[in-house]
Amino acid sequence: MATVELTFSALPAHVRTARLVATAIARRTGVEESLLDEVRLAVGEACSRAVEAHRAHCPGEPIRIELSDDSGRFEVTVSDQAPSDEHEHDRPLDLSMLSDSYTSGFGIAVIAGLADDVEVFPSPKGMRIRMSWPASANGRAG
Amino acid sequence: MDLKLDHHNEDRLTIVEVEGEIDVYTAPRLRELLIDLVNKGNFHLLVNMEKVDFLDSTGLGVLVGGLKRVRAHDGSLELVCTQERILKIFRITGLTKVFGIYASVDEAKEAHGRDK
Repeated sequence: MATVELTFSALPAHVRTARLVATAIARRTGVEESLLDEVRLAVGEACSRAVEAHRAHCPGEPIRIELSDDSGRFEVTVSDQAPSDEHEHDRPLDLSMLSDSYTSGFGIAVIAGLADDVEVFPSPKGMRIRMSWPASANGRAG
Repeated sequence: MDLKLDHHNEDRLTIVEVEGEIDVYTAPRLRELLIDLVNKGNFHLLVNMEKVDFLDSTGLGVLVGGLKRVRAHDGSLELVCTQERILKIFRITGLTKVFGIYASVDEAKEAHGRDK
C-alpha cells in the first residue's frame, strides 16, 4: 500500500491545492478518468468543510489528508480537529435555512452523492471523512 | 484557474458571466458581486456558468444566497448551464428544483419574454 499524507493550514486557498494533489494521485493510482471529477469535487468538499470548521474552532491547527491505494481502491481520508455535530450530515435541505457563506451539511450531502463509498466519523475531537473509489489493478502507484 | 467575473445588462436582465473555479476561496468574490448588483437595483439575474470549470457547495451556497436576495425584491436568479459535471451537483443537492436552468442565454431570455 502506497500512502501520501498532506497537512495544510486552514486557509481556503489551500483547498484547491489539496484537490489537485488528490486528483493527480487518483489518476496515478488507476482511477478511471470518468471518476476523476467526482474525486476532485468530493475531496474539495471534505477539505472545504474542514477549513470552515477549523476557522470557527481552531484556526491554528492543521488539516490532514491521507491518500492511499489499498486492495484495488483509491482511498482518501480527510481529518480535522474541530468538534463536530454528530447529526450535521443528516440535516434536511431547507432553502430558508441555508446560509450563503457556510453550508456544511450541504457539502457532506454532495460527498455522499459523489463518492463510491463514504464513511463519516464525527467526534468531539474532530471529524474524519473516509471516501474511496475503485482503482484499476494496473495503477502506476507502488 | 482563478475566477473571472463580468456582467452586463440586456433590457431588465443582468447577465453575470462566470469563468473558472467557484470554491471556498473564490466564492466570496461572486457573493460580493451578487450583493452589489442587488444593492444597485438589479433584481433579475442570469448567471452564465458555461465557462465554470469547478463548482462546490460553497458556490452553491452563494447562488442560493443570491436567489434569496433577489426574491426579497420579487426578482429572479436563473442559470445557464449545460455541463454535466456541474449539473450533477445541482441534481445531487436537489437544487434543480430551486433554480431555473437553461441551455443558453437566448433560451433564458426567451423564457422570460424579454428577448428583443
